Amino acid sequence: MSRLAGLFAQLRDAGRAALIPFMTAGDPSLTATVPLMHALVAAGADAIELGMPFSDPMADGPSIQRASERALARGVKLRMVLEWVREFRTTNSHTPVILMGYLNPVEAMGITSFAEAAATAGVDGVILVDLTPEEGRGEAVVLRQQGIDPIFLLAPTSGPERVATVRSMGSGFVYYVSLRGITGAAQADWAEVLERVQHLHRQLGLPVAIGFGIRDAATVARVATGADAVVVGSALVDQLAACATDQDAIAAATRFIEPLVQAVRSTERRGA
Amino acid sequence: MGTYALPDASGHYGPYGGRFVAETLVPALEELEHAYQEAQRDPEFRAELHSELRQFVGRPNPLYHAGRLSRELGGAQIYLKREDLNHTGAHKINNAVGQALLARRMGKKRVIAETGAGQHGVATATVATRYGMECLVYMGEEDIQRQSSNVFRMRLLGAQVTAVSSGTRTLKDALNEALRDWVTNVESTFYVIGTVAGPHPYPVMVRDFHRVIGDEARAQCLELTGRLPDCLIACVGGGSNAIGLFYPFIEDRAVRMIGVEAGGLGLGTGQHAAPLTTGRPGVLHGNRTYLMEDEDGQILPTHSISAGLDYPGVGPEHAYLKDTGRAEYVAATDEEALAAFHRLCRTEGIIPALESAHALAHAFRLAPTMRSDQTIIVNLSGRGDKDIHTVAALEGIHL
Ligand SMILES: Cc1ncc(COP(=O)(O)O)c(C=O)c1O
Repeated sequence: MSRLAGLFAQLRDAGRAALIPFMTAGDPSLTATVPLMHALVAAGADAIELGMPFSDPMADGPSIQRASERALARGVKLRMVLEWVREFRTTNSHTPVILMGYLNPVEAMGITSFAEAAATAGVDGVILVDLTPEEGRGEAVVLRQQGIDPIFLLAPTSGPERVATVRSMGSGFVYYVSLRGITGAAQADWAEVLERVQHLHRQLGLPVAIGFGIRDAATVARVATGADAVVVGSALVDQLAACATDQDAIAAATRFIEPLVQAVRSTERRGA
Repeated sequence: MGTYALPDASGHYGPYGGRFVAETLVPALEELEHAYQEAQRDPEFRAELHSELRQFVGRPNPLYHAGRLSRELGGAQIYLKREDLNHTGAHKINNAVGQALLARRMGKKRVIAETGAGQHGVATATVATRYGMECLVYMGEEDIQRQSSNVFRMRLLGAQVTAVSSGTRTLKDALNEALRDWVTNVESTFYVIGTVAGPHPYPVMVRDFHRVIGDEARAQCLELTGRLPDCLIACVGGGSNAIGLFYPFIEDRAVRMIGVEAGGLGLGTGQHAAPLTTGRPGVLHGNRTYLMEDEDGQILPTHSISAGLDYPGVGPEHAYLKDTGRAEYVAATDEEALAAFHRLCRTEGIIPALESAHALAHAFRLAPTMRSDQTIIVNLSGRGDKDIHTVAALEGIHL
């Protein structure tokens, strides 16, 4: 069983949602990335979403845009991101790692080389924000051949046909974008989101993660009642951006995530 | 090539084009595609568009024989397609009118646009106020500085201009920001893209709204010279004025089509905006096309004297026309464009946009190698009033 499938099976038994923090690889420093991943896991993160920086992150709000710009200015490259995952895996073989980014850097490396290198490094899933399932048929096959889950997004605007397409092509889980907007945007209407996700869950037969606009423990607790996973991104990236040293960043990440971990662990996942 | 019928149903031109966007936008693009197809079939929509182009834009504009210039060059006869004489001073208005009419038909009350040189922003602000819609234009901080008169024009027309400070602070970043706005306000807002880039159906829709350039030029050339032109030349930023001129001639295989990219400080310097001549295929802003990118797939900063050509990508149909050899793509440097700018001012009494001056620069190279009974049509995509500050500053003159 894949790490992601294992995680979701285990949490289904435990009756709770996963907490998945997002951080941009190479921010706030090159040396902080791997220690931060370990610190997040030590504080209770169930999986890690690692952002692959891109020069033109069109679906991201200012927090993640700036983090990408800073990382690129430090010289972060896709191969370095994969190397960090490999390093993380030398002492952690159980926590799923999902890479999130945009198609062009992956295409520049070549989808086959990327999939092979990512599989070797120990990557479990890949989200390419601008790769729709229609355009991504080839890429999805190559990723799956390497045992990596191609994870697609669904949005409040997605109709039944889109749901069916994602169902036929995605694996691992489906990422539900909670609002019409970019990462870090204003809060969604959570009642509406949870209702939609309940339907989606039944239609998709795959775990559903909810992300975008989730910034604090209260929201995590609310979302965790109806999601298989809760993704927190910009709020963590903001915390890290303010840190001068790796030590500070690790302390800030731990301090930030602890109440969120509390929130998922004390919330019962209903209707799964 | 046979009968040219691209894009295919999913918006591809061979391997190029397509729809590479965040999921939230896919349904909006599908809705737009349907609305556009319906509008195209509706005689009332077509009649209104036609009437607006005549009454408001001032079409048809002339195909002007630049006789003095042609004699000086001593070769082919140069004809200028006078898009500079359109209302608002560039070809951009053809597309802005089309998309704004479509927006109104779809019941959208708010339009947004990205702009580089400001011409598309001005065109969009103009039609938005004409049709009573709210208008917000995204413009890179750097472009706001070098095109300040267009910023003021947009504000006079009631548009809000928002400075974009991310990335390279130019057109590509304005496009990112407009896409972010659209994702956020997708139900109320129509995104008026200013060139033949972006996700399907934008490249085909924008081409269709600009094909009037080539349709007119073809008829005018036949009327004036009794035959088709030997060569078409247009500058290529995103590629909208070029495709507008080229498209109606695609099946006229004897007509050469040449797109001129911004060679900036020279192709060898890396300081240019010439993805077709120097780049490689990749995915940016919703489509697969030639891009200026580094070996890691990060988009490179561009440079051009003309803000309207300062873009690292290009419309996907041009990528296809390049690969198939149906069109050729070359570059003209800042210096060549500037020389061409001055030459047109002094021979024909026409101040061209710096963008269009790139097309002129190549025509000046080519014409002397051709016979005097041959013809070149150059798309004079815009007038140069917006550029006089840039040109003056280069000469150390403060206006
Ligand atoms: C006068 C003029 N010509 C050309 C362009 C370049 O755009 P495109 O390549 O889409 O025609 C611009 C863009 O701002 C422009 O203002």
